[in-house]
Amino acid sequence: MSLLSKLAETLICLKTERATLPYPAEAKPVPEKFRGRPIFDASKCIGCAGCANNCPAREILVYDVCQEIRIIKYLGLRCTYCGRCADVCPEKAITMSHEFENGTDKIGDIQQRLELFMSTCQRCGRCFKEPSVLEQLKMKGYRFDDLQNERWIFRSQARLEGDAVVDDLKIEMD
Amino acid sequence: MWKNLCQKMFGRSLWVYHANSGGCNGCDIEVLNALTPYYDVERFGIKLVGSPRHADVMLCQGPAMRSTAQALKRAYEAMPAPKLVFAIGSCACGGGVWFDSYSVLGPVERIVPVNYYIPGCPPRPEAIIYGVAVALGLVNKKTVPVQFKELELPIPRYHRSELRGEGELVVYEKAEKI
Repeated sequence: MSLLSKLAETLICLKTERATLPYPAEAKPVPEKFRGRPIFDASKCIGCAGCANNCPAREILVYDVCQEIRIIKYLGLRCTYCGRCADVCPEKAITMSHEFENGTDKIGDIQQRLELFMSTCQRCGRCFKEPSVLEQLKMKGYRFDDLQNERWIFRSQARLEGDAVVDDLKIEMD
Repeated sequence: MWKNLCQKMFGRSLWVYHANSGGCNGCDIEVLNALTPYYDVERFGIKLVGSPRHADVMLCQGPAMRSTAQALKRAYEAMPAPKLVFAIGSCACGGGVWFDSYSVLGPVERIVPVNYYIPGCPPRPEAIIYGVAVALGLVNKKTVPVQFKELELPIPRYHRSELRGEGELVVYEKAEKI
């Protein structure tokens, strides 16, 4: 009886295939909901910096170089791939890809840097991105006001200081 | 350079020492998973050893912490000379989610020089094997820094050549004049 069971065991062992995954040569597909490296799409990004505000590891930096340029930088050093940035993005500009093979010898290789032209709201002074290319052409960055002298004309000097309510009214009057 | 050095020095096998300096054990489990028959890194001659004196490679997991920084440094110094350090996981690469905690000093780079980085929280066993394979020269690395720049138009207000400085301290010199 014991001999038979041993023989049966041997047969089962002979039938089984190789268990080891020959990994770097051929890979197994990742699970459906796997979250890999986030990929930033600059054409969809509106520069709202919601991802930077929601990142638990503070890995997305936003800084304005001048009035029209906003730079969004994803460093990726201590990113935990939680996917919050992709969840919070209103334009779905961030997607969690299936890339996990990120081993490098330079840590800067994981970094992504977006440069966005932003226009300024004349009411509140905040930056926003023009939705279409034609509207982007209306921005100050793309043309001169005074074509003969090649310079920009500033029409308003209004600043919000002191009594905000009163000055708000003044701007509306302008 | 490191690739050539690796091929010369560690032609046959890597003996790895597995140093956890205050991680959550997630990366430990993934590293041990890579040693199981399913992934089987012993195909490449990689073997886990218990002492840093026998090791060629140190796999660092967890951030550099105040309590374990000295021990990590001593473990690094105890390794014989041609040695590599792998930072595995986002804690070792950049300090982890609790990078600003009082007991966390930051990435392990602050304590020991790191040669290879494997980000992930935790990285998959495949990702760890891939990182080691990059070090061994079996595969090429896939990651490249991505930069997106806006178009430069004939009459721009913004000239990229006027930018001064590096990194976060970029200043646009003519911003006031325009």
